[in-house]
Amino acid sequence: MNNFDYSRASDVADAIRLLTADPGAKLIAGGTNLIDLMKENVERPSRLIDISRLPLRAIEETAGGGLRIGALVPNSDLAYHPFIEQRYPLLASAILAGASAQLRNMASVGGNLMQRTRCAYFYDTTTPCSKRSPGTGCSAMDGLNRNHAILGTSQFCIATNPSDMSVALAALGALVHIAGPSGQRSIALTDFHRLPGDKPHLDTNLGSGEIITAIELPPQTFVRNYSYLKIRDRLSYAFALVSVAAALELEGNAISEARLALGGVAHKPWRSLEAEAALRGKAATPDHFGHAADLLLQGATAGSHNGFKIELARRAIVRTLMQAASATPQSQAHKKIA
Amino acid sequence: MADTTIPEPIPINLVVNGERRALEIVPWTTLLDALRDRLELTGTKKGCDHGQCGACTVLVDGRRVNSCLTLAVMKDGAEITTIEGLARDGTLHPLQQAFIDHDAFQCGYCTPGQICSAAGLLAEGRARDADEIRELMSGNLCRCGAYPNIVAAIEQAMSRS
Ligand SMILES: Cc1cc2nc3c(=O)[nH]c(=O)nc-3n(C[C@H](O)[C@H](O)[C@H](O)COP(=O)(O)OP(=O)(O)OC[C@H]3O[C@@H](n4cnc5c(N)ncnc54)[C@H](O)[C@@H]3O)c2cc1C
Ligand code: SF4
Ligand code: FES
Ligand code: FES
Repeated sequence: MNNFDYSRASDVADAIRLLTADPGAKLIAGGTNLIDLMKENVERPSRLIDISRLPLRAIEETAGGGLRIGALVPNSDLAYHPFIEQRYPLLASAILAGASAQLRNMASVGGNLMQRTRCAYFYDTTTPCSKRSPGTGCSAMDGLNRNHAILGTSQFCIATNPSDMSVALAALGALVHIAGPSGQRSIALTDFHRLPGDKPHLDTNLGSGEIITAIELPPQTFVRNYSYLKIRDRLSYAFALVSVAAALELEGNAISEARLALGGVAHKPWRSLEAEAALRGKAATPDHFGHAADLLLQGATAGSHNGFKIELARRAIVRTLMQAASATPQSQAHKKIA
Repeated sequence: MADTTIPEPIPINLVVNGERRALEIVPWTTLLDALRDRLELTGTKKGCDHGQCGACTVLVDGRRVNSCLTLAVMKDGAEITTIEGLARDGTLHPLQQAFIDHDAFQCGYCTPGQICSAAGLLAEGRARDADEIRELMSGNLCRCGAYPNIVAAIEQAMSRS
């Protein structure tokens, strides 16, 4: 880990001022991703701005019937909060599928949205990687890319976004609230993360000097018909090969509303309005789910080692939608295949 | 600039196992290194140093965390409990006793982290059966594979708490 200066931000404006004053500075919240990357010399900030004591820990109901969640709420507190357990169980389930109990106690909502890819070459400073060192090339393209993206890739980067929480937030239609040198703004979670394009070093659309202050959930909750299914190499404490967040509103067996997002397959949570629209008004059957899966996976391409992910994703989507339809969400603890 | 300046050590206070400890510390010191190298509390173990094994688990203000991914400066003022602080007045913590009763270790390297993590688990009150213990203890690896006995030990401590 490099030597760095340390400042404790006194409020959000102070954090923005400190960030703007030193282009090499980084915010630190839970530290679970940043310190790991600093130990690998992937991140070498000149200064850490400690935001962990800022008053961004509230979970409040909004006037519109939704929920506003402060950027520093720990992942575990969020997953176990009664509002989340009762109204947004899809989000609780996705968070609890990620990392470990210790890490969830430390990890913040803002940090989770900002966590970087787990591409092994990104971590290995001896190899070319355009995300880490712009313009050097992509070692994964012809290397070990079993865990890499099948959707939205570019010739410059095929990394995936590893967050579980973000997949549920994408499906639920969350907003990200941001503060920066030129004031406050909000963007849809689905517009927060970027595709790699020719600038793979940019994971998100957060500008320099900006800080995430909160996320906001809309009123629609999907309390009954939902599931988060995470397929991984071991049953717990592993990143997703493919994960699926699915939520349905059913009238009898007819789908009146559908939400579907994928994790582990792209540089951002992968959601397709077309796939969701195709489900509305249809019966909740494996055939219709399969059709939606095909639409969501349209344009999927395989690298040398990750072709299996396309069929895996298709099957996982159908299974998750079946779980959602029958109101038997995937259990993180019992690993029941419902 | 980053590597040439050496910032002054920062004074911090930690309450470690009930005892107030004042330290002057450079900001890149992890809580794990502060405990082991500065406070000579070597019960907390360094396995991976990357949040992947749980050997470094301690309780910070009652919550289990990975001390290898925690900067000591950020915990100024916090209460830290390590494996050395679990026994009371010469009596083992129920989890320590349960680990002995169930022979829940071989080499013992993961054990301090397992026990601190299990103490956090009991405080959280989220695990109701063996499956849930396994899931919520997944952040603690045991290379010796003592898992069945670890789960049995935690079940014993849970049923008596
Ligand atoms: C072994 C291991 C396994 C894991 N497994 C999973 C998993 O299965 N699923 C999963 O989803 N995650 C997993 N994680 C990742 C974990 O969820 C993230 O590390 C965590 O969410 C990051 O949050 P943090 O508060 O610790 O971020 P930090 O490490 O403090 O910060 C991460 C980044 O976010 C920036 N940042 C933090 N807060 C803000 C803010 N408010 N505004 C703007 N920028 C900010 C920081 O500058 C930094 O660049 C795992 C991590 C580890 C170490
Ligand atoms: S996939 Fe992206 S992160 Fe991985 S080596 Fe290629 S450029 Fe780097
Ligand atoms: S040493 Fe901290 S998790 Fe392995
Ligand atoms: S007892 Fe040896 S690693 Fe667990």
